[in-house]
Amino acid sequence: MEVNVENKFVVQNLNLFYKDVQALRSISMEIMKQQITALIGPSGCGKTTFLRVLNRMNDLIEGVRIDGTVLLDDQDIFGPDVDVVNLRKRVGMVFQRPNPFPMSVYDNVAYGPRIHGQKNKSQLDQIVEKSLRSAALWDEVSNRLFKSALGLSGGQQQRLCIARLLAVEPEVVLMDEPTSALDPLSTLKIEELLRDLKNHYTIVIVTHNMQQAARVSDSTAFFLNGDMVEFGPTETLFTRPKDQRTEDYITGRFG
Amino acid sequence: MNSNRLSNTVATVILWASGFFIVGLLVFFLAYILGQGFKVLSLDFVFGPASQGGVGPQLFNTFYILVLSLLYSVPIGVGAGIYLAEYAKPSRLTNLVRLSTECLATVPSIVLGLFGLIIFVNVLGLGFTILGGAAALALLNLPVLVRVTEEALRTVPHAHREGSLALGSTQWQTIRRVVLPSSILGLITGITLVSGRAIGEAAILVFTAGTSVSRHYPDFNPLVAGETLAVHLWYVRGEPLVANADAVAAGSAALLVLVVLFFNLAIGLPARIYQRRLRGSN
Repeated sequence: MEVNVENKFVVQNLNLFYKDVQALRSISMEIMKQQITALIGPSGCGKTTFLRVLNRMNDLIEGVRIDGTVLLDDQDIFGPDVDVVNLRKRVGMVFQRPNPFPMSVYDNVAYGPRIHGQKNKSQLDQIVEKSLRSAALWDEVSNRLFKSALGLSGGQQQRLCIARLLAVEPEVVLMDEPTSALDPLSTLKIEELLRDLKNHYTIVIVTHNMQQAARVSDSTAFFLNGDMVEFGPTETLFTRPKDQRTEDYITGRFG
Repeated sequence: MNSNRLSNTVATVILWASGFFIVGLLVFFLAYILGQGFKVLSLDFVFGPASQGGVGPQLFNTFYILVLSLLYSVPIGVGAGIYLAEYAKPSRLTNLVRLSTECLATVPSIVLGLFGLIIFVNVLGLGFTILGGAAALALLNLPVLVRVTEEALRTVPHAHREGSLALGSTQWQTIRRVVLPSSILGLITGITLVSGRAIGEAAILVFTAGTSVSRHYPDFNPLVAGETLAVHLWYVRGEPLVANADAVAAGSAALLVLVVLFFNLAIGLPARIYQRRLRGSN
């Protein structure tokens, strides 16, 4: 193991209830800085719910109750002095379906910097170009920056959403099945992109595609029915799983 | 098999016939009203003062009262709609707001007119005024605006709100920069709808804004009586002593229809162009 591996998130004994149903049961895990952590498991296992804990997107859902602690750089994200808006600026999210806003490509990317107070036109131009280049989209959209983002293909839209997120310079990027609505070629592009982004960002990705987890991630957590069954280095988890249920899942016996 | 095909044919015919009936009715109305009125419509009639047999002051009052009533009702109605769609959690209070809105929407306009008569004309002692008429008219528009706003905002996909919030924006930033711009067409449609109703409304204004016009023209004083076009139409048809009643009524009716049409286009077209720019044409 390398020595410079640091924690970004430390999750301790996290329980999440949706009304009376317990959706996550005493989850404890550490998410490492500048690594890609994959969350896998069958539908309804709690992996997306867990992801949405990390930037408190579950706050928007009626009837969700959470106990346990989640530390981001040693600070409890549920602490009383935490500003959710600021937390989401540090921990951004890319969703399952591309959700560009109905505005131009440029305005989509400039949206985040603008709401955080950036007004300088030439600064914005720079941020937009840099973010689109980081998301490997610049070459495809540089000649239609001021046309509606809704005219892009699904794969381009998803990379635009990634660019939009990078423009606010988050520390962590959460991705909820970012390629499940895309064709194989677009998926490949996004996976290549993930490997580049890892040098600057901590990435947590939910995927139901086990090959994808194996291809891109450093660590993998396997969720089942609200429990985290197994968590470890991706290679180990896929070649020598400790738990029988993990082995059954990755060999395709269920799910 | 045969009976399925028969009922399919029957249904198709009936639905087509209903559609054509509606269109036919509209075409007939328009042709009749405009046909009667066009002979009367002239620059003098449309813009001229009452002393020369024109309806200029009434036309002016129609727009003046409309604008004033929108000034009252749009901020409150749109505000309440935003509250219901974006902030309100399901609760007793929310249900009460929604129920009140629906009740207000079912109040007949004549009742609102009499209410305005009591409040503005008698209790406040203003007499018949443009201000009182506009305020009473706002009561008619308010519930519709609340409903239309709420529905327009609800058509914006939840994913857009989440996308915005996940970038660290506040709820108000999300509403102002993402939700409102993408629902602008619905909002504009709602405002056009209530404007059309306001332009054509007579019962409320007869009791609040009165049936006479100021001696000055145009008169921006909101504390004088101000008869609108629709009220004028009602008045000349009911009053036996008006000279040229038939011609004035026909002209006023045609003008009323044209004003509503003009208003719809003037607001609706720019909104549509704006929306198309947002959506993109590839």
